[in-house]
This record gives sequence, structure tokens and C-alpha cells, in this order.
Amino acid sequence: MARLRGAALLLAAPAAAAFLALVVAAAVLAAAGADPGTTLLDALAYGLRPETLVAVVNKAIPYYLAGIAAAVGFHLRLFNIGIDGQYRLAAFATAVVGAGVALPAPLHLALIAGVALVAGAAWAAIAGLLYVRRGVNVVISTIMLNAVATGLIAWLLSPERLGRLAPGSNNVTTATIAESGWIPAIPTPAGDLNGLVLLAALAGAGYGFVLNRTTIGFEARTMGFSERAATVAGIRGPRLAFLAMAASGAIAGLVGLPQLLGSSHRFGLDFPAGLAFTGLSVAILGRNHPVGVAVGAFVWAFLERSAQVLDLSGVSKEIVTILQAVIVLSIVVAYELVRRARTRQERRAVARAVEGTMA
Amino acid sequence: MSTPVSISTRLAGPVVRVVLGFAVLSLLSGAFEAPDLFSRGGISATLRFAAPILLAGLGALWAERSGVINLGLEGMMIAGTWFGAWAAIEWGIGPGLVAGIGAGVAFGLLLGLLTVTFGVDQAISGLSLGLLAAGLTRFLSSVTFAGVPGGSITTSPPVPDIATVSMPGAEALIGPAEAAGIPVLSDAAAVVLGLVTDVSLLTIGVVALVPATWYVLWRTRLGLRIRAVGEAPEAADSLGVRPWRYRYLALAVSGGLAGLGGFYLVTVASSLYREGQTAGRGFIGLATVIFGNWNPWSVTLGSLIFGFTDALRTRQEVTVGVLLAGLGLLFAWLALRRGLACDWRGGLLFGIPAIVMLVWFWVERIVPSELVSFAPHLTTLVVLALARQRLRPPAALGTPFDRG
Repeated sequence: MARLRGAALLLAAPAAAAFLALVVAAAVLAAAGADPGTTLLDALAYGLRPETLVAVVNKAIPYYLAGIAAAVGFHLRLFNIGIDGQYRLAAFATAVVGAGVALPAPLHLALIAGVALVAGAAWAAIAGLLYVRRGVNVVISTIMLNAVATGLIAWLLSPERLGRLAPGSNNVTTATIAESGWIPAIPTPAGDLNGLVLLAALAGAGYGFVLNRTTIGFEARTMGFSERAATVAGIRGPRLAFLAMAASGAIAGLVGLPQLLGSSHRFGLDFPAGLAFTGLSVAILGRNHPVGVAVGAFVWAFLERSAQVLDLSGVSKEIVTILQAVIVLSIVVAYELVRRARTRQERRAVARAVEGTMA
Repeated sequence: MSTPVSISTRLAGPVVRVVLGFAVLSLLSGAFEAPDLFSRGGISATLRFAAPILLAGLGALWAERSGVINLGLEGMMIAGTWFGAWAAIEWGIGPGLVAGIGAGVAFGLLLGLLTVTFGVDQAISGLSLGLLAAGLTRFLSSVTFAGVPGGSITTSPPVPDIATVSMPGAEALIGPAEAAGIPVLSDAAAVVLGLVTDVSLLTIGVVALVPATWYVLWRTRLGLRIRAVGEAPEAADSLGVRPWRYRYLALAVSGGLAGLGGFYLVTVASSLYREGQTAGRGFIGLATVIFGNWNPWSVTLGSLIFGFTDALRTRQEVTVGVLLAGLGLLFAWLALRRGLACDWRGGLLFGIPAIVMLVWFWVERIVPSELVSFAPHLTTLVVLALARQRLRPPAALGTPFDRG
């Protein structure tokens, strides 16, 4: 009974957030002069078409990887805003190395994955080291490292260094990776599914395994519940924090691979920015659970994709960014309220039990 | 220890070092033909770039002194840029100022609702506010600026200017020295002129906010209560000082300052609203508070350093090259001193960057603009990493107060 009520409370939070987001969406649509009901139904109908759904999943793959990267840090209250810089630097390094070698496909792909993991981990490790050795706030250091990464890439990607000017355009990219380093798409009746969906699944499974089935995962969860208890139990916090940052960066290094290996095959300045905040939001939505984060990534991609249809009804599709923010804000509040309600419930239960023994 | 003597001896060291450093840089810039190192324009650009960081820093100070880490500063600044620019274009500078500050205050109160009333994690709340501000401004731009000539979904049409003033007589008195071309002296004259001529009225207002912040936080009953809430909320509560009330107030002021910083960015530091214009300045402001040890005067010094590096983007690449050489010399000097003291690790810590910088300068002579673009961010990292360890943050920083 109490368990059932607990589960209901847990689901109440996302439900409340979704409801609030719907209300805000309707209000903004009405303010913009569109009929909220039909517009939202149109967007939903468009979003649920099979072709759109495949596109949504493709879009959700990097979001999921970014979400897992963020979730790794969350367990230790490390907010890795540097996913942006880590993933772009890793994708850049991967593209340069991947295009510079000729190898048989399995070796080529292994090398590419290795470079992506190491580059992402190394960039994040700077922030980890600064945090552990000098106590520098991770949010600040990773944001600063994002700016440094952006500048470094811009500098290295100029035509006189590692960049190539694509003929007939002014988009500078790296050289193209040979075909042995491509991942083929999975054909479905509704369109091509990016083959790296398997990598995302693998990363999620690996994250779940390390967190729940290994010593270090146990240590991380303990540290997340109570720093004092963990320290008393002999868990070394600084070492754990450094490893978590590096691991978060390594996973962040994979974020660019779906685009790099699945479609573009070279790195350009068109690799999207802002994925750090997407990752954090998606991880918050999914409560750091491997499956929950997948749901979060899907919801995020679904919102963005189905909003495409809004332009047709004369509403700016940018409304979706407000919706996403409202969802995050309302869900953190809802989770907090649920946590408080549960604490009260537990207190009452304990009080009852104690009274029972006294009587 | 007699006080007057000790103050002058304590000041003598830093003053000598500043004068010496200035002279070295001035001679270097002459030798390597870097014209705008100590130009009037360069100095006033430093001032213009330091002011928004200073405002973010003061905003962070108010919040943190009350016990709340304000990671929403960036979002509040973003709100300030958009609403400030929009209202200034629609109705003029005055309403723009009010709208910029007001938007920041609104976001500050929202952060209060999240962290104080609901007790949500301060970092998550603050970062989500950044998300909200980015989304909101993008949507608003798409329905306003995108439809008018000169505007687009990411930029606004030009924002009206704010009047500037000059110190009367400064030009006539010091101008000739600047033009004379005497090695170190002319540069010194240019620095003074950069500080006192063509200064925006808003800049003067911003500078006045530093002593105002100090006075309110350290010399009034209100300030004492805000700081008490940041140090020991339970103790304050037991004396009848309600923590939630003072945290809301501090966050409103914090948001207002950040919003003003945003307004400053669109009016004085540039002349239009552009998406992503804040470029992490809210977070740099937060960094000034940490390395400034939660004290407004050090925050000011920090924002000047970051503002100086931020303004490098407006200078010629050769000038930044000269600065790099100067920094390399400074690091080499520090490495030498560590080495002479037999501190080999410290020697390497300073020596390796010194060699890298000097070799780079010798080979390349310039620092390309792509690399200059992250100068303030890299400086923030280095300064935070080297910051002295005797920092003392407010004791209750980051902990929610549960009214029970």
C-alpha cells in the first residue's frame, strides 16, 4: 500500500510537469494568436508520423549520450557544463585522426572510438584536476573550458592548418574520413535509422552496469546519498570525483560520433552547440536512470521535431525552447515537493511504529 | 607598529611593481610596434568590458553573502540584454534601463521561489534559469526583432546610445603629453585620458555601485542581516531575522545588478542585442567573487583584470603578442625566484608556460584572434587555479534553509 502510494507520487512529478508545460504552451500559443487546441493536435499528429519518429530517434541519440555524460557527474553533484567543449573537441580530434589513417574497418572504428573517448576524457580531466587539487568550481571551470575549446577549434580549423575549404562554399571542415570508418544506417520502412543508436544503447547499458554492479558505482552512489557516510566508510572522494569527471568527459566524447560516423563523415563548424544544457535537462528528466534518460532524450527530440510544423500555422517554433525550460523548472520543483511529501510520509510511518511499540 | 609608516611601506612594494611592469610593457610595445597597447581607446575598452563583469560580480556577491550560489546570473544577464534592448528601442534609454533591471529582478525572484521557497538544488535552479532566459529571448526575438528592418531572430536593430562625459580640462592639460611621443610618459598620459574622457554616464553609475554595495552590506542593519543569513541562518532565525525574506531580497538585488549588466552590454559595450552576447560573463562574474574572497573591492580588481583580457579582442593581434611576451617575462621572473628558493615544482609550474609564451612570441610575434577570443576564460581558469587558498566563503553558502 505504502509502496503503491510511493510509486504514484513518483509518477505524479512528471505528470504535473507535463500538465504545466501544456498549460504554458496553450497560453503562449493563444497569446501568439493561434488556436491552442488545433495547433497542439497538429503538432502531435505530425510528431507521431512514422517518418518523424525515426527522425526523432536519430535526433535523440546525441541527446541521450549527453544525458548519460551529465548523469555520471550528477551522482557526485558535479555539474559538467563542459559536455559542449568536450564533445566538439573530441569530434574534431576524431575527425582529424580518422581521416589521417587508412586501416581495415574494425581497426579504423576502434581507433576512432578510442580517440573520441580519450579526447573527451582528457579535456574533462582538466576540470576534474582543478576541482580536486585546487577546489575550482566545476560549473565555472567547464564553462571556461568550453570557450577555450571553441577558440582552439576555430584556430585549428583554418585552411592553413587542419581545415579544408569545401569547394563552392565557405564552410571549413576537416578532411573526410575514408569509408572504412563509416557506420551504415539501419534501413526501416519509415527511413534510415542512424546506426549509432546501438552505440547509445551500449553506453547506457555500460553506465547502468558500472553504477549498479561495480564497486566504483556503489561508491559513487554512496557518495551521492551522504558524503559523510561515504568518507567514514573509507571512500576517497577526490579520487572518485576525478574519475567521474573523466568518465563523464569520455562519454561526452561520443556525443559527436552519430553525426560524424553516421552522416557528415567530417567535422565542421555546423556541429551544434548547447548540447551540455540539453544533456543536463535530459538527465534531470530521467532522474539519472539509464532508461529514464532515454525517455527524457526522446521527449526532448520529439518536442523539437514536432515543433517544426508550428511555422506552418504562423507560430514561431522557438516556443519549444520555452516549453523545454518550463518542463525542467516544473519537474525539479515537482521532484522536490514529492521528496518532501515522502519524507513526511516516512516520518509519520516511523512515528506510528514507535507509538505501537510503546503501547 | 605605527600605522602611517606601515601603510606606506605596505603600498610601496605593489606601487613599484606596477610602475615597473608598466614601464617594461610600454618599452616592449614601442620596440615591437604595437600601437594600441596603452592607447586611449584600449583603456576605455577595458573599462567598457570590465563594467558588465563587475555588475555580474556584485550581483553574485549579494546572492552569495545571503547564502545562495547564484548560477542563474548568466540567465539574468541574458534577460537584461533582451528586455533592455527591446524597451530602449521602443521607448528610449530610460525605459530600457528600467526594463533591463526589472527583467533581472524578475529572474532573481524566480530563483528565490525555486531555491528558498521550494528548496530546489541551487545549482540546478540557477542553470535552468539560464535555459529559460535563452528560450524566452529567442522566442521573443522571433516575434519582435525578426520582423523589423535591421533586426533578425538573433540580433536587434541598433539600440540608442547613452551620453558620454569628459573631465573638463583633462584634454588640454594631458593631451600634449600623450601626443609628444616620449617613451613611457606618453603611454601613461594615454591611460589617464582613457579613464577620464568620453566615459559613458552609465559607467560612472556602475563604478558608484561598488562603494554603495560595500556600504549597504557592511555598514547598515540590512546588510548585517543579509550577511548573518548567509553565515548562520538558524541563529539569525532564532533572533527573529527571517532568512527567506533576506534571501529573496538579496536575490532580487543580485538579479537587478545582473540585468543592469545585460543592459550595459547592449548599450555601452556594443550597440545592439545579439544572441549569446553575454558569452559566459555571468559565470566570470561569479569567479571574481570567489577569487575576490567575497569582498567588493577585490571583486572590482578581478573584473578589471577580466575586463582587460576581454577587451583584448578589440586590439591588434601584434599588441596581444607583446602582452604575451610581457606575461612570459613575468612568469620567467616568478620561475627564477621559485628556482632560487629551491622550489623546483613551482619553478617548473611557472617556467614551462614562460618558455611556451616566449618561444611563441619569438616565432609568431602575434596572437591570432581565434585564440584571443578565449583570453578572459583562460585567465579565469588560471586565476582560480592559482588563487590563494585562504579564501573564506559565507558559512551557509549553498545550503537551503528549512523552516521546519
